[in-house]
Amino acid sequence: MKKILALLMVLCMAVSLFACAEKFDPAKKSEGVMTYAEYDAAALDAEVVIEAYVQATQSWWDNKITAYLQDPDGAYFCYEMACSEEDAAKLTQGTKIKVTGFKAAWAGEVEIVDCSFEFVESEKWVAEATDVTALLGTDELIKHQNKFVTFKGLTVVGVEYKNGEPGDDVYVTVSKDGAEYSFCIEIYLTGADTDVYKAVGELQAGDTVDVDGFLYWYEGVNTHITNIVKK
Amino acid sequence: MKKLICALIALVLCLGTLSGCHGTKRQKAFEIPEEFDSEKQYTITFWAKNDNNTVQQEIYKNTVASFEELYPNIKVELKLYSDYGLIYNDVITNISTGTTPNVCITYPDHIATYMTGDDTVVPLDALMADEKFGLGGSEVRFEAPKKDEIIGKYLEEGVIGGVQYAIPFMRSSEACYINKDLVEKLGFTLPETLTWDFVWEVSEKAMEKDAEGNFLVNGQKVLIPFIYKSTDNMMIQILRQQGAAYSTEEGEIGLFNDTAKEFLFEIAEHTASGAFSTFKISSYPGNFLNAGQCIFAIDSTAGATWMGAHSPQGDIHEDRKVEFETAVMAIPQFDTENPSMISQGPSVCVFNKPDNGEVLASWLFAQYLLTNDIQIAYSQTEGYVPVTAKAQNDPVYVDYLSREGEDNDLYYDVKIKATKLAIEYTDKSFVTPVFNGSASLRNAAGQLIEEVAKATRRNKTVDDAFIENLYGEMTSLYRLDGIGGGQSGRAELGELPSTAVMLLSVIGAAWVFIGVYLLIGYLKKRKNQGNT
Repeated sequence: MKKILALLMVLCMAVSLFACAEKFDPAKKSEGVMTYAEYDAAALDAEVVIEAYVQATQSWWDNKITAYLQDPDGAYFCYEMACSEEDAAKLTQGTKIKVTGFKAAWAGEVEIVDCSFEFVESEKWVAEATDVTALLGTDELIKHQNKFVTFKGLTVVGVEYKNGEPGDDVYVTVSKDGAEYSFCIEIYLTGADTDVYKAVGELQAGDTVDVDGFLYWYEGVNTHITNIVKK
Repeated sequence: MKKLICALIALVLCLGTLSGCHGTKRQKAFEIPEEFDSEKQYTITFWAKNDNNTVQQEIYKNTVASFEELYPNIKVELKLYSDYGLIYNDVITNISTGTTPNVCITYPDHIATYMTGDDTVVPLDALMADEKFGLGGSEVRFEAPKKDEIIGKYLEEGVIGGVQYAIPFMRSSEACYINKDLVEKLGFTLPETLTWDFVWEVSEKAMEKDAEGNFLVNGQKVLIPFIYKSTDNMMIQILRQQGAAYSTEEGEIGLFNDTAKEFLFEIAEHTASGAFSTFKISSYPGNFLNAGQCIFAIDSTAGATWMGAHSPQGDIHEDRKVEFETAVMAIPQFDTENPSMISQGPSVCVFNKPDNGEVLASWLFAQYLLTNDIQIAYSQTEGYVPVTAKAQNDPVYVDYLSREGEDNDLYYDVKIKATKLAIEYTDKSFVTPVFNGSASLRNAAGQLIEEVAKATRRNKTVDDAFIENLYGEMTSLYRLDGIGGGQSGRAELGELPSTAVMLLSVIGAAWVFIGVYLLIGYLKKRKNQGNT
């Protein structure tokens, strides 16, 4: 009898523990934090408070860091967040942070500027690339601004080093259905020693490629490429 | 006790020795060699800045190749940058490791900071005057300009503390690129000399909208009538034009004054209406100008190829461009009888190295950048002005200027108009004093405008209290309270190196220990004498 009771108690405890364990919801926001819809609706120059997961960062410099953030509903580009070198090392992919700053637009890129952040305890979350190939050339594309995206079957038109030689940004012009688009290897995101930087340098006009990257905007779509695969 | 004190003194002295060893070996001052060793192989590095311009990149490469033909024993390794700030950061980083470039395109403000290292930058007075290797010297293998063939005003800009530390490479100024059609559509006629009042008046008038929210003047949803690219230049020039303080030659800061404050209130007013914005807030003025979304775009004359309906360079898609006539005028003035505008553009400095021959090779290359072919070719890439009268008077260059508007490439009218403007205003141009900290002061000057514009856009109150607080913040952020004429000795000599401070502290401590030791000995002796 004792054995049965003990077994039942263990079983009850296990069941209650399972019941107590909260299912991870990557879209969950803390008190006082905007949803993506609220952020999207906020006017330019308004103060914004958002929570999202780091997808990538550019190089840390002078106590500042630029970060690509995303949550299940949308994405954010946080330009030159105040950040110590020690904290920069902790901004690994999937880390959840709360950012306070001002919404701004620069050359079409909607971003958060003059911002600071704090870490939020959470499980990590990494965005899957959204395939936006079909949206190229449409007004729908900008709705995915800053997201981690993928484009399939683009044709390389040309590759140009910003400085005429490797070591700085690389401008990659691609085409789809007769229209050309300017994408970019941002040196502070993917440095000259990265595989993608080297891969881009080997592309030839006419090559067909699949491209992953962050849907940055500069006077039009200007994806910051993170991976490129020649077909 | 004796043992303990001896051990302490020994420890202190050892620390002193160690800290003395920690510092880098002092670099000896450069001395011009009697001869240039043509048999010895030299490799020199040249860090150059271009304006994202492939033609400029090619000119640099061709310059290196033609120089190496003249001097087969000198190999020049070229490193290209598209931003002065990046060169500055890299040089600063490399000073501590002794790996500075040999020759570097730079701004005099930056050189003042480089000079905080001992003998880091080579003084050029003796080199320029040297009979053999100086400007146009007897043993120079190319036709270099003589000193008096370099435009005196430009040459003076490289003098820091009475010593020539830089030679000019190219000169430019700022220009106001104007959509003349929109000005006239608003009922105005461009005056002979642009004034701030005129620009503000037209800009405010342009803000009128129709019922659908389109601007009446351009029929678009977007219009920023007045955009300034370099707000540091903006603040510096408005202070100069009104005779207000900025800084003295000795480095005394005068920026935070009432004239600046009044101008900042004006900035707030026109930002609030949407009539004014800056590059940092909104993006490149040229992009808005070319899309018919800006009326007055102020940018460098060296950015002229990006300006205008038919600009050979641009970042916006062709279908966003609109047709309009581009007027190129001097920046707005307060006193139309006495206009003034800033002189800017790249200079060249030479870094010191242990091998005098290597420095001489570097100087020869720097001097080569002043030859006519290079001066003319590079100046034609943008609204740059050659820095020598020799190049400016060259028939090739004179012909170039005469062919304004023949095409939208080499003879692009906006570019040549901007160049002519920079030449015309040479005598009315000015530079700001250079001292250790002048680069920070320049940043602070621009940031005042940026902060006021941002605060206004964010519906903050910009009043006396805001400005006073902003002055304090900028002083602190750019560490401007540590420099100034009131501490001229400090400004000239700079802070003591940390190793020197440590060494002096250790010596002081050693003397204290010795004193204590002697005092204890004396007291013991007296006690013993008293006991007997």
